[in-house]
Amino acid sequence: MLYITLLDDPRLWQIVALSLAVSLSAVAIATLVGMPLGAAIAVGRFPGRQAVIVLLNALMGLPPVVVGLFIYLLLSRAGPLGELGLLFTPQAMVIAQTVLVLPIIAALARQSVEDAWREYEEQLRSLGVHGLRGALTVLWDIRFSLLTAVLAGLGRASAEVGAVMIVGGNIDGVTRVMTTTIALETSKGDLPLALGLGVVLIAIVLALNAAAHLVKEAAQRRFG
Amino acid sequence: MILPLRLENVSFREILKPLSLEIEAGPSTIILGANGAGKSVLMRIMHGLLAPSTGSVSWQGNDPGRSQAMVFQRPVMLRRSAYANVSYALKVAGVPAKERERLAAEALDEVGLRQIAHRPARVLSGGEQQRLALARAWALHPEVLFLDEPTANLDPGATREIETIIKAFDAAGTKIVMSTHNLGQARRLGDEVLYLHEGRIVERAPIERFFAQPGTPEARAFIKGELPWV
Repeated sequence: MLYITLLDDPRLWQIVALSLAVSLSAVAIATLVGMPLGAAIAVGRFPGRQAVIVLLNALMGLPPVVVGLFIYLLLSRAGPLGELGLLFTPQAMVIAQTVLVLPIIAALARQSVEDAWREYEEQLRSLGVHGLRGALTVLWDIRFSLLTAVLAGLGRASAEVGAVMIVGGNIDGVTRVMTTTIALETSKGDLPLALGLGVVLIAIVLALNAAAHLVKEAAQRRFG
Repeated sequence: MILPLRLENVSFREILKPLSLEIEAGPSTIILGANGAGKSVLMRIMHGLLAPSTGSVSWQGNDPGRSQAMVFQRPVMLRRSAYANVSYALKVAGVPAKERERLAAEALDEVGLRQIAHRPARVLSGGEQQRLALARAWALHPEVLFLDEPTANLDPGATREIETIIKAFDAAGTKIVMSTHNLGQARRLGDEVLYLHEGRIVERAPIERFFAQPGTPEARAFIKGELPWV
């Protein structure tokens, strides 16, 4: 009974929708930026490349609360970007999650492209393909394998609570998302609501992963 | 015209000992030798994929550009249609879109893949992929075509198809430079032989003379040893 009333609540679906909008936006931006970045690092040869790779891999482990704090300082009224008035808005949450997800997608894309590059390099160079064009060609060619990198990023975004809590403020009806609601309801002692939301969150993540898997399988059958 | 190609005192690490040679237009050249003799490295140096450790490689014309192409033992196909693989190569070479369509269709015709031009390249058979690699290399009608053991992974039927295509390219005036360790194939396709043994060119001779009267003990042993598998 409890879950039925919970699922009937329009506020719940508002929270779910905001969660999805924030996390999917962050993953989309991080994909658009991180994939070419990772591919360029994979294919490029420049001084300090090894250090960049180590740094990028290390950034995958950025603590969300620290990123949240950093973005908070940037966006707070006295901060360098304070005039934009973005603090405690969904946009601020997207920014924070993008910072968290970008290294994951870029680092995993870097590894995948680098592995594939061993297979492609000679052939592409023979055809006269160099530099960024080679990187983008390989990136596009292994796009279905790279879905895994996107899913890892999505996993990070949908699960994290620290960053969105700090820069969003968990304001009811404005910046309240699933993870912050679960944290709040748990501390208020409303365990059934927290648990219900947790089930919804897991179900959404599972559904997105299943859909991505089906796309990948179909594409691999089709394109080899 | 970019030929002749001149190699002067070219060596590569421990694999190729310093060698000088000239590749002229006309007769198709077969680079023959056992596995590990340095055939692939020599071809990659000529094609420009590898820089020699010592010596120099020079074409008659300054920039070989797209006047020379190479087909590898294992062709790497992009995950797109057979047609798109050819037109990709043309695009990279700077061919305008309108012309790409015509040239790609012609090249696919040439290798007998027109019917399956829109199938994804990666799901084609090994023989079809190698024919596609030939079409991709041929689309711009290069003056020189390097072929690195193009049939080493193929069954006899597919090998015959590839050989027929190579003969047609040869007849159309493209200079063929092909490595192989298959003596029968060398006889069928070659006009002259460069015999490579442990990183050295030990013999260079017209094909008939090479097989009838090999001039060196190494070449004699190679021909004798290989014959049972021809």
